[in-house]
Amino acid sequence: MSRDIILESRNLVKEFKGFTAVDDVNLQVERGTIHALIGPNGAGKTTVFNLLTKFLTPTRGQLLFNGQDITKKSSDAIARMGIVRSFQISAVFAHLTVLENVRVALQRKRNDSLFFWRSEKCLDELNDRAVELLESVGLAPFANARAVDLPYGRKRSLEIATTLALDPELLLLDEPTQGMGHEDVGVVAELIKKVGQDRTILMVEHNLNVVADLSDRITVLQRGAVLTEGDYAEVSADPRVREAYMGVEADEQPTKLHAVDKTDTDSDTMEASA
Amino acid sequence: MNNKKLNLILLGLALVAPLVLYPVFLMKVLCFALFACAFNLLLGFSGLLSFGHAVFLGSGSYITGYLMLSVEGLTPEVAILAGVAVSAAIGFVYGKLAVKREGIYFAMVTLALAQLAFFFYLQAPFTGGEDGIQGIPRGKLFGVIDLSDNLVMYYFVLAVFIGGFALIYRTIHSPFGQVMKAIRENEPRAISLGYKVNQYKLLCFVISATLAGLAGSTKALVFQLASLTDVHWFMSGEVVLMTLLGGMGTIWGPVLGAGTIVTLQNALAAGPLGNYIHVIMGVVFVICVLAFRNGLVGELQKLVKRNF
Repeated sequence: MSRDIILESRNLVKEFKGFTAVDDVNLQVERGTIHALIGPNGAGKTTVFNLLTKFLTPTRGQLLFNGQDITKKSSDAIARMGIVRSFQISAVFAHLTVLENVRVALQRKRNDSLFFWRSEKCLDELNDRAVELLESVGLAPFANARAVDLPYGRKRSLEIATTLALDPELLLLDEPTQGMGHEDVGVVAELIKKVGQDRTILMVEHNLNVVADLSDRITVLQRGAVLTEGDYAEVSADPRVREAYMGVEADEQPTKLHAVDKTDTDSDTMEASA
Repeated sequence: MNNKKLNLILLGLALVAPLVLYPVFLMKVLCFALFACAFNLLLGFSGLLSFGHAVFLGSGSYITGYLMLSVEGLTPEVAILAGVAVSAAIGFVYGKLAVKREGIYFAMVTLALAQLAFFFYLQAPFTGGEDGIQGIPRGKLFGVIDLSDNLVMYYFVLAVFIGGFALIYRTIHSPFGQVMKAIRENEPRAISLGYKVNQYKLLCFVISATLAGLAGSTKALVFQLASLTDVHWFMSGEVVLMTLLGGMGTIWGPVLGAGTIVTLQNALAAGPLGNYIHVIMGVVFVICVLAFRNGLVGELQKLVKRNF
């Protein structure tokens, strides 16, 4: 049975001065699925993510996008190929308006972005499409607000609208619900589900409840290596996963896993001390 | 439009100003204002702090001065264009080397490259070393208009300034300017949208260097002098001060900053405090950084918002 693989990593290794943060990771993301990458603090999720998005260079190993070797490509180059990432801390252009945020993304496919002698009024023809995208994430009423004035959850929505503006083939989401209140998590999860209907998504996530509802496939990382992979039922039934998350021997089968409270924002390259 | 009205009023004031104020002083303000605006385009709209912008001012000034003095019958606009072209070329090379670095490293690279140019100009025979190039003729604009009269020269400098300022304004409000602002706000995000950010930074650097060169070329004709002062790192520091004092990232801030600094320098140089000019500038700088983070324009905007 041959699966349609959109993104693949082969024997991916990343070493930081003698410390191996990512150790021989083989990952296959199937087209049209929502694939989650989970693991406790220090498992190397963010490092893997940064390797996939080319914000870090792998020490060894290979990356393939649609069968094409992208190991040596730069991060802006893979973005133009159709791999677009989000960031852990919501990445918006704070002092541009909400509309302008989306428009900057739409503008990229035009070839006038280096034209410093043209008036920006020529960008107004992108406004309709931008408003459409804002509507799809429920932000149309805030089109003229500055991004910095939006509440956190809405910034995340704006980030997703901006990402969708590029019409990417593959979306890479870095902890999309990180630092969010309970209500916002629901909104964003809903949005991811909607977006994932006709796109491939790979997301790094700490919040297991979000992963449970959303993902078709889950890869669990521990100490930089793949611990196990499968759908939620398989993964959550695995005693090693429970041990990895809780740091204790699992005596009984868990019915539902709960994420450990994450107090520090990002210590993925450090070993977690339980 | 309110803005249009304001611009017309300012233009009117600029046209009648030489009837009240000394034209050479006004020209000095305009040259430094253009220099500061060019610098602000880079710092305020791309977030890159260049600590070597004097090299572009000085190169424009030396090239224009040298050509006017040594080439018989050369018209000033050609000499200015040559100075601007050289500044642009140096801007391209320096920019290429510098934009790969960020933050303090970018500042250090630009400073180092500017020092390199300083010592080159100090040693090169055509610059006159410590003496500089003196007695530069202003020549006849397009071979017709004699610029030796200060009032005529003033209107020429005003036209150059308006041209440069308009180009900066357009750059900020262009598709390119939009991407520049996005890069300033969040560079990793701009990369992840597929933008080759170094290309944008380089273009911004070159535009900034070109206009700084234009300011230098014009300045050489105004004072009929091109000297080491223009390429010294003091000058690079001064333009930072002008921009911060006036308001970084605002359109009018650098103009106001340059006007304030030049006025202060002129007033102090004549009085008994002439020897303490750098101390006073230093104090102004400290106060500005500590108390008025948004610069004069920022504070003015706050005042207007509060009272109207």
